[in-house]
Parts: sequence; structure tokens; C-alpha cells
Amino acid sequence: MDINDIKIFLREYGGRKLTFMEVCGTHTASIRESGIPSLLSENIRLISGPGCPVCVTVSGYIDRLCELSVKESTCVVTFGDMIRVPGSKKSLADMKALGGNIKMVYSPFEILDLAKKDADTNYIFAAVGFETTTPIYALLLEKIIEEKIENIKLLTALKTMPAAIDHLCKYGITADGFIAPGNVTVISGADSYLELSNKYHLPFVVSGFSAQELLSSIYALVKLEGKARVLNLYGAAKKEANAKAKEKVSKFFEPADAVWRGMGKIENSGLLLKNEYSKYDAGSADLTADHAKNSGCICGKIITGQKEPENCPLFAKICTPENPQGACMISGEGTCFNHYKN
Amino acid sequence: MCIATPGLVISVNGDIAQIDYNGSIVTANRGIVDCKKGDYVLVHAGLIIQKLSSNEASDMLDIFNELGEL
Ligand code: SF4
Repeated sequence: MDINDIKIFLREYGGRKLTFMEVCGTHTASIRESGIPSLLSENIRLISGPGCPVCVTVSGYIDRLCELSVKESTCVVTFGDMIRVPGSKKSLADMKALGGNIKMVYSPFEILDLAKKDADTNYIFAAVGFETTTPIYALLLEKIIEEKIENIKLLTALKTMPAAIDHLCKYGITADGFIAPGNVTVISGADSYLELSNKYHLPFVVSGFSAQELLSSIYALVKLEGKARVLNLYGAAKKEANAKAKEKVSKFFEPADAVWRGMGKIENSGLLLKNEYSKYDAGSADLTADHAKNSGCICGKIITGQKEPENCPLFAKICTPENPQGACMISGEGTCFNHYKN
Repeated sequence: MCIATPGLVISVNGDIAQIDYNGSIVTANRGIVDCKKGDYVLVHAGLIIQKLSSNEASDMLDIFNELGEL
């Protein structure tokens, strides 16, 4: 079986109609860029899941970052993706234009130098992300403590994927299987999907990001239809979680309920700093407000795979990457953005 | 923010590694992955999240043989 056989199989598949969800935003981007939907039989449909960290962040969190950016002697440090995400009224980009103190970085570790050079300013990192990103914040906290830096805090909106998938299976989508992200699984371990796979009797295939890897994963999902099975096609991922990452994360963080944009509060689907490290927390709990800037935006339905961007009346008319109305049109991993571009 | 491209480790010093991406050198933390000079690694937002292994292709082949039989 080589990739050409797989392509023929997927194009000519004439069995039961199947829907698979790619959970991760980076997968959504690769699938659209490589034109995978056009290579599949009309009986195989792919839907996008809630795996873009920027897209699932609620307005209450963005509003709090906006407030902090104009607070005296305070600087908000963030990944570039977050800058244009709308809060209930404004985005960080709007606040920057109004004089807000906001810096963009590629890596959270860059905040260490910023804070050391400017001890009179309080630096707040906008700590969003899933399982792959959280260990970075744990390592960052270790450094902050080791180097006795007093002017860094995190505003966290950390999420964990299994509880969100569970929520979707329980209340929303009808998927026949999931494409799980290789990079997250390197950290969380393929076994982290076992419970869900058994509970809903659905296959999970851990996939890489190239078109070949994705096609192979879709082929595997078709072959595993109706089976409770976790198949790892991403060589670097193991069954078990990365032990060091797990240890560092559990040293600083504990499970907590989290609010997802358009999905509401999901029990134990997030992480918060433990009480003993609360002095490094910029007030992350209870940022639960979820108000769309544009009431017509259906981002919540998009990230749960219930609607396609083309179903949104604003898509490509009022809402474009230049004038985004919702988070899904901003991030390079956002479903609306990727449908617009490809 | 999750884009992870492979780079070559050119030096390590404690928890910090220098990674070469076709001539541009970046610094990354190696706190959760043991890696050494000469390894190819994936970096996510300044953290090395994995070392790439060379026997992935053969593993895939076995898996597909198994799926073909389903
Ligand atoms: S097209 Fe724009 S307004 Fe519509 S769901 Fe997507 S982000 Fe929201």
C-alpha cells in the first residue's frame, strides 16, 4: 500500500458516509493548503474542531488583557496571533493604537529579558495554549523563581483537549473518528485518547502534518470505522506522555473548569496556577464572559464542527482577514481564515 | 502558534540549545527533551518538544500492512 493506492482508495470510496474531525488548527491549515477535501470521495467529509488556542479564547480574557495594557507601569506580552482577536469591544491592536503597552514575542521565554531590563514595569504574559504550550509556562515559572524576578505574571487561558472532545461527543457532533495532532500527542501521549475512544467507540489516529501523513490518517480512519482504537501514525509520539513535561506542568498547574468560546464552561478542561504560585497569576480565574463583537458571528458553531464558514452570512463579505469579525478569521489556524485563503 | 519545523541542534549549554534553521540560528529550551549536537528537533514557541527519529518510515509500513488486512 503506497500513497497512490491510498489516494485511489479515498477518491473511490463508496461506503457509508463518514465524517472525521481534525481537532488541531495546524491540521486544518495543512488540509486546506494541500487541497485534501478535493481528493476525497463525497462520502468522506472533514470537519474542524476546537484546536486553535486563539479561536477558543473568550472575550472576557481579551478584555482583561486590554485593561492591563493601559494600566500604569504594565506591559502585556503576547504571541502575535492574539493581537487582533476581538474582545467584547476592543482588541489588543486597538489598545495599542490608543497607547496601550503591548509587546509581541515568538517565545514566552523572551519575557525574561524584557523584565530584567526594565524592573519598574510589570510584565504580564498572555499565556494561552494547549498541552504543547503549557510546559513552556512551567519552565518559564521555574526560571522566574530561580532568578528571583519579581515583575512577571501570567494571565492564563490554558486548555486541555480530551475534556473538550468529550464535551463535543456528548452534546454536539456526530463524528466517525478523530485526527489527533502529532505535536500535542508527543507531549500528552497517544494513550490520552484511549478513554474517549473506548467511551464513544470511535477511532483516533495520531497524525503528522504533511499531505501524505494526513491522507494516510484519513485512510486509517476509514479502515478503522466503528472500532474503538487509537492508532499512532506519528513516529515521534509515544503511548505515554512526556514524563518531564508532565512533571513540570503538574508542579505549577492544577486542573480547573475552563470556558471555551462558543462552547461554554467545560468541567476540568483547563489548568490554573496552583494556590502556592498565585503571586504569579494576574487574575486568570473567572474570566468567563463570552460576547462576540459581531452578534452575527457563528464562531462557536464553527469550532465545534456544526457549521462551515460558508454557512456564516458574514463570511468573505463583512468578515475577511483584513477586517475580521471573529477569532476564527484571525489566526493562521482558524477555520474561517483557512477557508478564506484556500 | 503551533507551527513546528525541524531544525538542527548545533550546540547545547545546560537547558539551552542553539538550533540552525537553514542558516538562521535560534535559541530554544531543552528542558523536556534530551537532545545533543547533531539531532534534528521540533521547536514550539521556543521549546524543543521532540527529537525526530529515523525509523519512523519503517514503523508506518508495518502499520499499513496491518490496516490492509482489515
Ligand atoms: S466568518 Fe467571521 S463572523 Fe463568520 S464565523 Fe467566521 S469569524 Fe465569525
